[in-house]
Order: sequence, then C-alpha cells, then structure tokens
Amino acid sequence: MLAEFLQYLFTGITIGATYALVALGFTLIYNASHVINFAQGEFLMIGGMATVSLMGMGLPMPIAIILAVILAGILGVALQRLAIAPARQASVVTLIIITIGASIFIRGVAQLVWGKEYHVMPSFGSDQPVRIGGAVMHSQSIWVLLIASILVVLLVLFFTRTLIGKAILATSMNKDAARLVGIRTQLVLMLAFMLSALIGSMAGIAVAPITFTSYDIGIMLGLKGFVAAAMGGLGSGVGAVVGGITLGIVEAMTAGYISSDYKDAVAFSMILLVLFFMPRGMFGSRVVERV
Amino acid sequence: MLNSLFQSRQFGLLVLALIIIVLPFGLQNDFHYDIAIQMGLIAATVVGLNLLVGFAGQISLGHAAFFGVGAYMSAILTGTYGWSPIPVLLFAAVVVGIIAFVVGRPILRLKGHYLSMATLAVGFIIYIIINNERRITGGPDGISVPSLSIFGAELNVFNDYQILGMTLSGTFLWYVLAGVLLLLAVWIAQNIIDSPIGRALRSVHGSEVAARVVGVDTARFKSLVFVISAVYASIMGSFYAHYTGFITPQIASFEHSIVLITMVVLGGMASTLGVILGVVVLKLLPQVLADFQELEMMMFGLILMLTMIFMPKGLLPTLQGLARKYLRKKPEEGV
Amino acid sequence: MSALIEVTGLDKAFGGVNAVEGLSFSVNAGQVYSVIGPNGAGKTTLFNLITGIYTPTKGEIKLRGESVVGLEPNQLAERGMCRTFQNLQICMNMTALENVMLGRHLQLKSNFLSTLFRLPSMLRDEAACRERAIELMEFVGCGQYVNTEASAMSYGALKRLEIARALAADPKVILLDEPAAGLNGTETAALEDLIRKVAQQGITVVLVEHDMKLVMGISDYLLVLNYGRKLAEGTPEQIRNNPDVIAAYLGG
Repeated sequence: MLAEFLQYLFTGITIGATYALVALGFTLIYNASHVINFAQGEFLMIGGMATVSLMGMGLPMPIAIILAVILAGILGVALQRLAIAPARQASVVTLIIITIGASIFIRGVAQLVWGKEYHVMPSFGSDQPVRIGGAVMHSQSIWVLLIASILVVLLVLFFTRTLIGKAILATSMNKDAARLVGIRTQLVLMLAFMLSALIGSMAGIAVAPITFTSYDIGIMLGLKGFVAAAMGGLGSGVGAVVGGITLGIVEAMTAGYISSDYKDAVAFSMILLVLFFMPRGMFGSRVVERV
Repeated sequence: MLNSLFQSRQFGLLVLALIIIVLPFGLQNDFHYDIAIQMGLIAATVVGLNLLVGFAGQISLGHAAFFGVGAYMSAILTGTYGWSPIPVLLFAAVVVGIIAFVVGRPILRLKGHYLSMATLAVGFIIYIIINNERRITGGPDGISVPSLSIFGAELNVFNDYQILGMTLSGTFLWYVLAGVLLLLAVWIAQNIIDSPIGRALRSVHGSEVAARVVGVDTARFKSLVFVISAVYASIMGSFYAHYTGFITPQIASFEHSIVLITMVVLGGMASTLGVILGVVVLKLLPQVLADFQELEMMMFGLILMLTMIFMPKGLLPTLQGLARKYLRKKPEEGV
Repeated sequence: MSALIEVTGLDKAFGGVNAVEGLSFSVNAGQVYSVIGPNGAGKTTLFNLITGIYTPTKGEIKLRGESVVGLEPNQLAERGMCRTFQNLQICMNMTALENVMLGRHLQLKSNFLSTLFRLPSMLRDEAACRERAIELMEFVGCGQYVNTEASAMSYGALKRLEIARALAADPKVILLDEPAAGLNGTETAALEDLIRKVAQQGITVVLVEHDMKLVMGISDYLLVLNYGRKLAEGTPEQIRNNPDVIAAYLGG
C-alpha cells in the first residue's frame, strides 16, 4: 500500500519537476513580454532530440548535451528576434497564433531532420533502478530532480544577485521606466527567451531517458507547462514550481488509482477549479484595474 | 452609387452568394466538391466563432469541442438509437448551448491568457471523454454516422436525385445545402452584429469598463456570445458528421480548435468575409503543400507565422487597406 | 434640498495604503459639485468607488437614499449614474456615432428574436437611437464626426465624445473625471459652456478637475481632498479663502 503510494508520489514529483521547468520557461517569457509562448514545449523536444542525434554522431554525452542546450538557446533568441519582435503591435490572439506557427515550423524541421520515430536516450548514470521504501524509481528520476533543483536555485540567484537578472525583473514590472533608467529592453527580452530556451532544453534532456523522445513530444509537455504556470499564477516563479509539482503528483495519483486514460482530464479539471476560485492562479498578483 | 452599394450591409452576403453560385463551374470532380462542402460547413462554424473572438474580443482555444459534441451527439443518437437527424441536431444544439452557458459563466470572468487556458481545458476535457468512452463513441477509431434525412428522404453523397426533371448528384445537393447553411450563418451573424446586441458585444472588446458604466451587463453579453458561437459550432458539427459519414475524436481536439481560431485570426478578426477567406486559405494550403511532402509541416508553420507577423490584422482587412490606399477612397467599414 | 449622493465613512485601502480614508460628504441634486486636490489625493479612486468599479473597504455610499455599495457599474447606470474617464475609454473598434449609441444601451429594449430577424420594432428603435445620438454629438460639438471611426478622432474630440456617450444614457448624475486635461484654452472654454448647458438640463454634475479657473467658475460646491482625506468643503468663495487649502496647494 505505502510502497504503491510512494511509487506514484515519486513518479509524480519527477514528471512534476519537468512541468515546473516548462512552467518557469513560460513565466520568464511572460514576465518579460506578456507573451505566452506556445513554442515552449519545442525547446524540450530540441534539447532531447539534438542530444540523441549528436550522441549518434559519436560525441560523448556531456559534449552532446552542452551543444544541444546551446542550439536551443540560439533557437530561443531567433524566435524572439525573428517572430516576436517584429510583431510588437499584434494582439494577444495574434501573438498566440504566431508562437503556434513557430512551434509547427520547429516541429516540421525536427520531423524533416530526425524523422517521426521515437528515439531512446541512455540514462545519465547507471541503468540500475533505485529503491526507496519499497518504491522503484528510474535512476534518471534522481537526475531530473537534481537538475530541476539546481536550475531553480540558479534562477533565484540570477534574479536576486545579478544586475542582468534585476534588469529583467525591472522590465517585467514597467517597461517604460526600465527603458528610462537605461535598461535595453529589447536585449532583456532576448535574454528572457534565451534563458527560457536553455531551461526548457535542459528539462527536455533530463527527462528524455525516462519518456523517450520524438519530434512531437513538445505539444503535450508545453501544454502541461502552461497549465502549471496558469495554476501557479502567470508570472510567479514560486507559482510555476508549486503548480508544476502539484500537477505532476495529481496526474500520477490519478493514473495510479483511478484511470490512466483520464489523467490528463484530471489535470485540466484541476486548472479549471483553481481558476474558478482564484482567477489569477494560486500565486498570481492581484492587479487593480486602472481606469 | 457604387459606394453606397459597397457600404450596404447586404453587400458581403451578395458577394458570397455570387461566389457560391459561380463556383460549381470551376469544380471539376467530386474531390473538388468535397473540399468546397467542407469549407462551407467549417466556414459557418468559424463565422460563429468570429462573433466571440473577432467582435467580442474573447479567446477560445477549445471551440472544436462544441463542434465535436454536436457531431458525436448526431452520430450516436441517429446511429445507435435511430432518432431522426434534424430533431437530434436541434437537441444537440440545445445541449451544447446549455453546456456553454454553464461553463461560460465562470470562465468568461477570466481575462486574456487565463481565459485561453480555461477554454483550452474545457475543450481538452470534452475531447478526452469522447476519446475514452469507447463503448459509446467508438473511441479513437471513430464512429460511422447515418446519412442526413428529412421526412424520410435521405441525402446521400452516393445517390443521384431526380429534381424538376434534372438528375442531380447527392454531392451536388450537399454543396447546395452547405452553401445555404453558410449564407444563413452569415446573415444571422450580420443581423446580430448590426444591432444593439452587436454593439454591446463589440463594446466588450473596445472598452469593457466603458461598456459597464453605460449599463451593459458585460458578463451577460460575454455569456450570450459564447453560447451563440457554441451553438453555431454544434449545428455545423452535426451537419459535418452526417456529410462525412464517419467521424473521429480528432474533430474535437485541441489541434482542431487551433485550426478554427487560426482561420479567424488569419482571415481577419471582426470581418465576416475575412474569416471565410481564412477558411478557404487554410483548407487549400495543405492541398498545395502536399506536393512538398515532408516539407509540408515546416512550410505550413512558416506561412502561418509570416502572415501573422506581417499582416497582424489578417488577410482581408490588410488587402482592403491596401486597396483603399490604392483607390484613395474614404475609409469604410469592412463587412 | 435632497442629497442625491451621500457618502459616509468611506475607506479604500490598496495593500495597506489608504487611498481614501474616512470620507463623508453629500452631493445635492442639481448641483455642479467639484472634487479637487493635489495629484494622488484620491480623487479618481473616489470616482471609481462611487461608480462601482472599486468596492470600498469600509463605508457607505447612497444614491437617492438607496445603498449602492457592491453594485456593478452597469447596475449603477440603471439607477441613473454615468461617468467619463480621465484616461479615455472609447471603443476604438467602432465609429464615433456607435460609441454614443452604445450610451443608449439601457434605453433600447430590443430582444434577441427581433435582433435575429431584424423586426421593424428593432429597426425603429435603432433609427430613433441614431437620431438622438447625432443630436447629442452636435450638442457636445462633435457634429462633424458622425461618420468618423473613433480611432481617427483627436484627443479633444474624444473627450467630448465621452460626455455625449454618458449623456446618451439619460443620467440623473454625470461624473466627469478631468474633462479639461490635455485641452487648450479654447477647448476648455467650450467645455465650460458645455458643462453649464448640461447642468441647466437638471443633470447633477460631479467634477474632478485640476483647472482651477474652470472649477471655481462653474462649481456650486467643492470638496478638497488631500492624502485621501477631506481637507475642506464649501462654496468656491469659502474654498478660495480657506487657509488649509492654500497651504496644501502652495505646498505648505
């Protein structure tokens, strides 16, 4: 009984950590530009797929990972420069369609380069499962949690200790004021997209050995990240992490105890309930309407 | 003279009717007719969605679910239970209207991205139910749908019909039906827009706070337009199911919702003819791109992205703007 | 005289900061009543509280003797209250005329069926509404913009258009939030005339304004706010000679 519960809990936390990282990516971009980037999931896909294919070319895993992350970073910058920046005047819906167009494009390229098959990535460490209190965990789960924790800590340090991080925060609060004090807001936006892509790709790489990877995994991971981000309250870093982990656990518990067919339905019902009672998510700012 | 004709509210309807009448001369085979019929049914759906997105400024990323519920109710109640198609279609529309009213009230309080999230979630939940309840819906494999029949007369694409001494194919009659449905959809949408109700809807988009201080109960109007657009989707979903004779959960999916809203945005929000153009373009594009085979997806994404970046107002309003500049006429309202 | 608006012990706090504190006053029917005070004194917050856009933290607001705290702006409009905004709230997706016609929303009783089939009753109401809206546009001096898209109008014209829209609702009381802000001298003089004409029709006017010449010229009664509290109230003459007001305005 307890072993079963622990099993679901660990599974949930692992996948939840991935959702949390996707949600953090959403949050970063949302804060800097108020854009919901529907191509966020593609960063995860690119990270996983590029790593697999670079390893296939004979590169050692660490090098392949670094190159894949850099590739995703470049993609993030390109997305901001080529697709978001030129459409500054566009409405919310138009921006949504633009990022969806971008995600279809990236997926199309990925399908062209890597085909439609599933690809397998080896674990970072040993393939031996880890046993905790009767539950059996994929050894990669430990890596996912470790990487997610390190990334969260680094992000916190980045935003509280570095000048660039503070500049991003300032821009998110008031773009015009930030520009007045000399912050180059376009650069900040670019940085936000890059960071978001870096985090996304690392999440994609970390989780790939557990879930496998293919050109279209980004859609669902991206949507779940959006759910997690909205649940926590768009723009809230804490909210993204809490939302992601909660979502992962609820999904795993539903799949375990109720029905795996309905695990996604439970996730989406949960976000509806949260929004019903908290129209700005769990940690969203309560903005006063200014007229 | 020409100018007043241009500005009249019937102009768009007239253009559309002309196109629908002339088009069969260009359609060479059943495949062409098939695309045209599908365009007509989807366009009528999108005209309804445009009332919500284009005119009232509310986002829905889950509209295909309403289309799907209409289609599946028609499939199940006529197929499994042997009910008559038209009463089922109307019954489904009422059910979908009630669903939209019940979920619309709480979620339409949300704004911007939270509203997108909530509509996306509602759509997904409906899709998952359709996909998983195999015994009722046939699950991912889909379900077959009986032909449309009115008072015992069956309208089937595989039959020929003798009408007024002419032999007409079932496909052609479906084309006529789709054309009439589209014209009706546009006529009703225009009547709604061009009325106090329509003005209230547009004011929700223009300035919600201004609307409220002059007495517009914005929550009620958002709910109303959400229900109207859902009912549009449900009715067209039912017709679509009867037309294709076979449906899968794909028609209720998130991807289909995205396709529908993309048609609105690409064609031109708040432009009834524009969104129909959006349907035509998005339905034809895959046919054209199919020649590029594995490049298809990439090119589709690229075209979508570039169009929206360089024509954020959508195809028709941008083209109208260019034409106006060219003709140096006074600005006039789009239809 | 009967109090049209009666405010008692009104408080509004934003995250622990009181924007309006312990405010009590009453506006009599038929008055031109002005609210003045330095920037950040809580004038616009007060307007947002009275018109139902914000909910008070504490206190009572009565409109013609009926408590209206917690009512939505549209419910207040039904009770005869209408307003304009400091930052324009115009529907830029409509024509100027349609914006004013929107103001007559509550006067149009057409139902869904008559809309769907464009029944004669609806068309008749619409025609009357259009006529009244054109009249009002001429009344506020926007007559030349009847067929113009709102997005193509100048700032000054839009400010007048907002007044026309508010008047279209046939209000008992109209709240004008800084109507003269951003206007030049000629425009301000025209505005002063307009406010007088509105008041002459028996509509109570509540005004937030910075232009002292305008305020002192047309107000029957003034309320001076400072840091969300009442600093003084009285006739223009009393306010002009009030030492507290002079001190606050001269930064004493």
